[in-house]
Amino acid sequence: MNDMRIVKRDVDMNDTKISAKGVQVFYGDTHAIKDVDVEIKDKTVTAFIGPSGCGKSTFLRCLNRMNDTIDICRVEGNILLDGEDIYDKRVDPVQLRAKVGMVFQRPNPFPKSIYDNIAYGPRIHGLAKNKADLDEIVEKALRRGAIWDEVKDRLDAPGTGLSGGQQQRLCIARAVATEPEVLLMDEPCSALDPIATLQVEELIDELRENFSVVIVTHSMQQAARVSQKTAFFHLGNLVEYGDTEQIFTNPQDERTESYITGRIG
Amino acid sequence: MPILWLILLVLALGLIGFVLGRSRALSNAGGDIRQLHSLPSYYGSNVLLATLIPGLAVLLLWLIAQPMVIHGQISSMIPESAYTDAGSLNLVMSDVKRVAEGLDIAVQEGALSVEQARDIRTEFTDIRARLGEVGVALGSNVEAYVLKAAQRYRVMNAVGHWIMTGAVLAAALAGFAYALMRTNKDYRARNQVEKVLLGLLIGAASLAVLTTVGIVLSLIFNTIEFFKLYPAMDFFFGTTWSPSFGGGSELGILPLFWGTFYVSLIALVVAVPIGLFAAVYLSEYAGPKVRAIAKPLLEVLAGIPTIVYGLFALLTVGPLLMNVFGEDGGLGWMQGGRSVMTAGLVMGVMLIPFVSSLSDDIINAVPQAMRDGSLGLGATKSETVKQVVLPAALPGIVGAILLAASRAIGETMIVVLGAGAAARLSMNPFEAMTTVTTRIVSQLTGDADFASAEALVAFALGMTLFVITLGLNILALVIVRKYREQYD
Ligand SMILES: Nc1ncnc2c1ncn2[C@@H]1O[C@H](COP(=O)(O)OP(=O)(O)OP(=O)(O)O)[C@@H](O)[C@H]1O
Ligand SMILES: [Mg+2]
Repeated sequence: MNDMRIVKRDVDMNDTKISAKGVQVFYGDTHAIKDVDVEIKDKTVTAFIGPSGCGKSTFLRCLNRMNDTIDICRVEGNILLDGEDIYDKRVDPVQLRAKVGMVFQRPNPFPKSIYDNIAYGPRIHGLAKNKADLDEIVEKALRRGAIWDEVKDRLDAPGTGLSGGQQQRLCIARAVATEPEVLLMDEPCSALDPIATLQVEELIDELRENFSVVIVTHSMQQAARVSQKTAFFHLGNLVEYGDTEQIFTNPQDERTESYITGRIG
Repeated sequence: MPILWLILLVLALGLIGFVLGRSRALSNAGGDIRQLHSLPSYYGSNVLLATLIPGLAVLLLWLIAQPMVIHGQISSMIPESAYTDAGSLNLVMSDVKRVAEGLDIAVQEGALSVEQARDIRTEFTDIRARLGEVGVALGSNVEAYVLKAAQRYRVMNAVGHWIMTGAVLAAALAGFAYALMRTNKDYRARNQVEKVLLGLLIGAASLAVLTTVGIVLSLIFNTIEFFKLYPAMDFFFGTTWSPSFGGGSELGILPLFWGTFYVSLIALVVAVPIGLFAAVYLSEYAGPKVRAIAKPLLEVLAGIPTIVYGLFALLTVGPLLMNVFGEDGGLGWMQGGRSVMTAGLVMGVMLIPFVSSLSDDIINAVPQAMRDGSLGLGATKSETVKQVVLPAALPGIVGAILLAASRAIGETMIVVLGAGAAARLSMNPFEAMTTVTTRIVSQLTGDADFASAEALVAFALGMTLFVITLGLNILALVIVRKYREQYD
């Protein structure tokens, strides 16, 4: 862990974007998330780390109610977005997801052209006034997803025909195109080479100026590089949550320390 | 020995072979399974198969060949004066078989002794009366040569049966011994068994294919016969269908074809939207409870025999339509309950479960990740269905629709009862029309001479239908396959 570049950034401790209190998640009888409290700040990158199966994805999916699509999944507790309970009956999950975008753990491009993949969100939400506008949005999103150069000549080709890493970036671009206020990214760089990873990390840094980003990652270096806040999950518990710098240099819990130094995984 | 016993005997032999083969291999390896090339049960199976296959194969071949050989031998015994052509020879031969069976029964019941049955003569005994006593009724008095042939037939059958028993057992034993002898610890029993199983699978597959080829060939030959009697141009482009067995019939396929097309079209217009919407509801919206009840219920519809649908068309839908579109309803478009509309609507109902259950499977095959992707971008459920799920499933759905279409084209009972029997080229869907399938039935039922153009036309009609449905099915398969490649 010596090569970790922990960039010290001034984390302006502004308002809380998402506040979760006492969140429990059950898949049938499996208790996947146990009493998790987290405050996700606005204009901040928050990293979720932890061993495989500890519930990072599950918790992430709670934040935009994607768990609603799983029949056996039950969520308890309070999650507030800008002070409003997102599990309230009056909240429309569709509108919530427009505000809280998501990049999934496994790339899932639609079986449509690359262009239509990106244009999907903007079209649904009426973000473009005309075709030229839409073209511009698509190009901008693809550029931010660091994939523009690779696909600019074949925007009509099917998105499913891209390589795994390209699909992953396509999905990032697709999520960015709708301009969400919060972007949840589940291992967005798992299939990317170092250069593309760097570009995505730059994107995340850029997004931070306006949005808040939550990123799940298995790479300690990445968590250290891009995030200001880090949450460490273990067996469904939120073990430790704090400034990234503090988590990586001076962890309070021994489980955190063992994990980031590579002793448990 | 009855054949069932013979089969059981061969099976028993095979089982003994299994046990022996297994233990022989084991003892050859000194009881150490790891010394063997294959697991012990493979050695057993190898002997088992080597016993069963030759035994049962000989049995099967013998059962097919023996009647043919005996038939040839016996028919040469019939004096030529007794028959004029092949047809009447066959009549005599069936007499012979009947008398032979009668003698068998008489012996069984004790009315005749074995020797009596063998030596009995028409000169001294009234065979017809004697057989009548044991319940075998004969149409006429038994001629001397028939009785002799029948007695010979019995003898040959009995002898053949004994030789067959011997041959079957010999073949089974030979296979048994050969396989057992070759069993040792290095013998590749596993590969051998695999090979035999492969052969069995290939055999089953080729039987299915060969049957199809046979059906197609018989269709083709009869169609060619038909075109020798009736010009192909008139058949394909004739606009009148008026067969008359007296001769001078006009056999144009177009009116029938139009009927088929029109009925199928109406059926699809009914079935496709309803079936598709039902599928979308069931797979995307319905909760698990609704789904668990509604899906089987819908599939029950698919299990109803088409004749029941036909009755429904005739007795319920026809009169109902008459009330609205007929004279009574004041519109006067409809002359009788039977019409293209009647048959089309009911056929549509029949196809709904077909379309919906196929589409449901296809929609379910669209990965959940696709839906998550769309929902995660803030799309509503219906936007997701419309813009992601259905386009992704579209090729498969088109395939399902084409399959439904080929079912509609081949459907007979509903059309017979619902659409009427008049061949007509008309645009009015409330008129009675008829279809290709129902005409095939009507051309082949009755006392038609099978060599006439009026009967043979059925084969040409069948062939045309076959080609059309085959084309649709192939198209459907190609589309469905192309769609599969997207996710694999
Ligand atoms: N759809 C589901 N149905 C049932 N159980 C699930 C489901 N999804 C996740 N789980 C369970 O919930 C627990 C947490 O899973 P989750 O996917 O959140 O882990 P994760 O931290 O994202 O792991 P990874 O790093 O491997 O992605 C696991 O024990 C898993 O078995
Ligand atoms: Mg995960």
